[in-house]
Amino acid sequence: MHDLQTVLVLSRWQFAATALYHFLFVPLTLGMTFLLAAMETVYVTTGRQIYKDMVRFWGKLFAINFALGVATGLTMEFQFGTNWSQYSRFVGDVFGAPLAIEGLMAFFLESTFVGLMFFGWDRMSRGKHLLITYMVALGSNLSALWILIANSFMQSPHGAKFDPATMRLELTSFTDLIFSHDAQAKFVHTSIAGYVTAAMFVAGISGWYMLRNRHMELAKRSFRMAVLFGVFASIGVISLGDALGFIDGNAQPAKLAAMEAMWKTKPPPVGFNVIAFPSQKQQRNLFDIQIPRLLTPLVTRTMDTVIPGADQVEKQAVVRMKDGIPAVLALKTLSADPTNPAALAQFRAHEQDMGYALLLERYAPDLTAVTPADYQRAARAVIPDVPVIFWSFRVMVLAGFVMLLYLGIATFCSMNNKVQERRWLLKIAPWLIPLPYIACEAGWLVAEMGRQPWTVYGVLPTWMSVSTQSVGYMVFSLAGFVLIYTAFIAVEAYLMLKFIRKGPDEGAAPAH
Amino acid sequence: MELYAILKITWWLLLGVLLIGLAVMVGMDMGIGAALRYFGRTDGERRAVLNMIGPHWDGNQVWFILGGGAVFAAWPTIYATAFSGLYVVMLLLLWSMIIRPLGFEYRSKLPSPSWRNVWDWGLFVSGLLPMVIFGAAMGNMLQGVPFHFDWKLNSWYTGSFISLFNPFAILCGLMSLSLALYQGSAMVMNRGEGAVRERARRLGVWGGLVALVLFTIGGFWVARLSGYVVTAGDDPAGPAMPLHKTVEVAQGAWLHNFGAHPVLWLVPVLTYVSILLGAWALRRGWSHFAWWLGALGWVGTIGTVGAAMFPFMMPSSSDPSQSLTVWDASSSQMTLLWMLGWTVVFVPIVLVYTSWAFWVMRGKVTAAHVEGDDHAY
Ligand code: HDD
Ligand code: HEM
Ligand code: HEM
Repeated sequence: MHDLQTVLVLSRWQFAATALYHFLFVPLTLGMTFLLAAMETVYVTTGRQIYKDMVRFWGKLFAINFALGVATGLTMEFQFGTNWSQYSRFVGDVFGAPLAIEGLMAFFLESTFVGLMFFGWDRMSRGKHLLITYMVALGSNLSALWILIANSFMQSPHGAKFDPATMRLELTSFTDLIFSHDAQAKFVHTSIAGYVTAAMFVAGISGWYMLRNRHMELAKRSFRMAVLFGVFASIGVISLGDALGFIDGNAQPAKLAAMEAMWKTKPPPVGFNVIAFPSQKQQRNLFDIQIPRLLTPLVTRTMDTVIPGADQVEKQAVVRMKDGIPAVLALKTLSADPTNPAALAQFRAHEQDMGYALLLERYAPDLTAVTPADYQRAARAVIPDVPVIFWSFRVMVLAGFVMLLYLGIATFCSMNNKVQERRWLLKIAPWLIPLPYIACEAGWLVAEMGRQPWTVYGVLPTWMSVSTQSVGYMVFSLAGFVLIYTAFIAVEAYLMLKFIRKGPDEGAAPAH
Repeated sequence: MELYAILKITWWLLLGVLLIGLAVMVGMDMGIGAALRYFGRTDGERRAVLNMIGPHWDGNQVWFILGGGAVFAAWPTIYATAFSGLYVVMLLLLWSMIIRPLGFEYRSKLPSPSWRNVWDWGLFVSGLLPMVIFGAAMGNMLQGVPFHFDWKLNSWYTGSFISLFNPFAILCGLMSLSLALYQGSAMVMNRGEGAVRERARRLGVWGGLVALVLFTIGGFWVARLSGYVVTAGDDPAGPAMPLHKTVEVAQGAWLHNFGAHPVLWLVPVLTYVSILLGAWALRRGWSHFAWWLGALGWVGTIGTVGAAMFPFMMPSSSDPSQSLTVWDASSSQMTLLWMLGWTVVFVPIVLVYTSWAFWVMRGKVTAAHVEGDDHAY
């Protein structure tokens, strides 16, 4: 049974679930490698054993997390082909390149040296070992760079053009692909989000030890390093988040409208919705609290630029759908007869709107007989899920400011050696560990759900990206993932908690 | 020849290099995982064996990841068609492979014997199944896979999942497993001592000999299989578009290339010579030499498949004219060129630091070493 609708929904659930799951382990890897490198730097320069103990203890927790990062990353590498084969064929010429470079440049580096980092302590000089730890950090961050270049191609496609002779996007400029603004901002925002995650993780666990007067030497030093690292990181993540919002505003007006729950286009400067209850059906906010005039300067850096609301975005989409229809019709001719000059000319005249006509095709399979109702439905689909995006965005931002506040106070107290007196700081520290994780997951929801209904924004609609699987296969795979991933997280959490409780080097531990 | 055609051939060769890297390095680790309970009878012995590849398995695995990434970038139509068509098989491969990182990392974290047993079996499955599937996938490519494209080039797979496990495919799967066991055994002999080393010697010799027998049967079988021949319209320098050629099916066509260029017979001969020599070297205890001969055995094996099929990469058994070939399944010229640049720069660098990593960790690993090291698996 090839029921496209069901297969599409199940594939999306599977991708979203496995990607969000992968990203439970990624941020800690990104940040922890740098924290470990920093700790080891202090060890190598001062020669004090305590810092080596720190590296080894946090390294153990890092390793438990890392194994799952690797395992779930393998899934991601497969899934484009298994579940999004139409997408893979359509964009592989462009999108595959950063993915392959990621393996070549980043994964080899990270994975080869991570082995030496754990097994090589007694086999080389301190300086060499330190260099290796830095290589691991560099490798994991380079992997983030390349995967985010790939991802931002989906968000704002640069450097590629559709070729009717091969029926796919082809690379036109490699440098445009890798130097897209979206990619740069995304890379910095996401990898720094990882640093914040590691900072909160180390601070939380160290705080817990300090509260119980365990491993004081190690915990105090770890706490201080973590919160200091964390303050700078959280300032960075917030600034870059702001930059991302600015870039989104230009590249993806539909996402911006959803993030801000802006249904109607209004004359500038418009207000910022602090709180709103958007209704997708009624296309309005049932309730909102606004700060007047704030949004326009936030996202446009001016007072008088118009920010298109959902209504404007829909109107624009209909115009482009109409314009794109001749392109898709010409494509059908070209598929059988690739050099037909009339079809080629017709395609060229309308190619920039082809994606919109492909989107329309889902609602009007026969593009020669589109009714106004079809246009209406297709236009509605151009606006992603506003309530989820609006709230995910606010959760992320709020988490960012709460963490900044905490890390700021903690750094101040830690520098003045007052942390032990401020018991509340230590008490809440472990409870704040989930915050960066929530922020990261929320961030991906904004980025990815906000991109809907496209896999490549404005070019390839999601409904056309999915593989031609049967529903049975999809149920089978989804069930398998749920089963395996549930078991995995149970084992991981168990080991993590066990090793945290046990703490560094106390008692006759079984060898690691 | 035109640049685009040269690039396609170069990337076809590079794909071969990647597959060989994958088979040698990942195959070695999988062979060790699959035979872990045989190599090591006590927990101490098993930990020693695990730690022989402990520092390397993750780096080695990147050959596999890069294999996926490179097919995606250089052969996107193959990536899309093969991964989606072989859906269930791919998931079985994936699920068995993702047990491995946890097996290595978590197995020895708790002292409980039942905990360790579970992970040992996990490593067994995640060593055995992927190698069988890897070989079976090659076998299916040789036979052709039932798929076709619609006008938007969306691919449709029309076979059943079970048909992918046909006798010929299973034969290829077992051959690949045997070579992996051989390669793993050579490594265990390199780094092991005493009883562990003796067991590895026995398994390695058997692995090599069984692989040769299966390779021979496979060879005769292929001669009787239906091969594929392009009869019109597949321009080597043309755009990568698989819908405009004609292909015919003929029994024994996979031997045509060997007939046209008899020098190609050297490729399967390489498999025979290196594995026979390798099995003998293992017996004599020259395991380092045998390891390299095993790698050459893989070169011969994968090279034989490539030589037989060229220019086909993924023939379609249900609509042969839509088969995927070197000429019509690749990326654009610009992508191939850029990717070649990255490869030329980074592959040597990777080879240098990988060799360095093996060199740093060289030497014997025994149960006693492992007990003393707080960071061992
Ligand atoms: C921002 C960072 C980031 C993002 C968005 C992704 N990953 Fe990831 N990935 C990492 C950052 C990372 C990492 C931090 O580098 C990991 C985590 C643990 C590790 O070993 O490396 C990793 C591991 C990892 C591995 C295992 C590597 C190994 O064996 O060492 C693979 C194959 C992938 N990833 C593939 C993907 C794919 C195909 C993604 C796209 C959907 C993806 N990752 C999203
Ligand atoms: C690891 C971090 C990531 C997370 C947490 C994440 C999250 C998500 C979510 C939640 C969806 C579902 C959207 C929906 O169906 O409404 C999705 C879809 C998708 N994302 Fe991501 N994403 C991640 C990384 C990436 C990256 C790096 C890429 C590209 C390289 C990517 C490509 C896709 C694709 C192809 C889909 C499926 C089509 C779709 O439904 O849009 N994702 N992702
Ligand atoms: C004031 C604070 C923040 C702002 C203004 C902000 C802004 C944004 C924006 C606009 C996006 C969407 C990017 C896109 O559509 O492509 C995003 C994504 C994301 N955010 Fe934030 N963010 C903030 C804080 C945080 C924090 C504290 C974290 C985690 C610690 C975080 C983690 C992420 C992640 C992982 C993504 C998805 C990846 C990406 O698209 O870059 N953000 N953020």
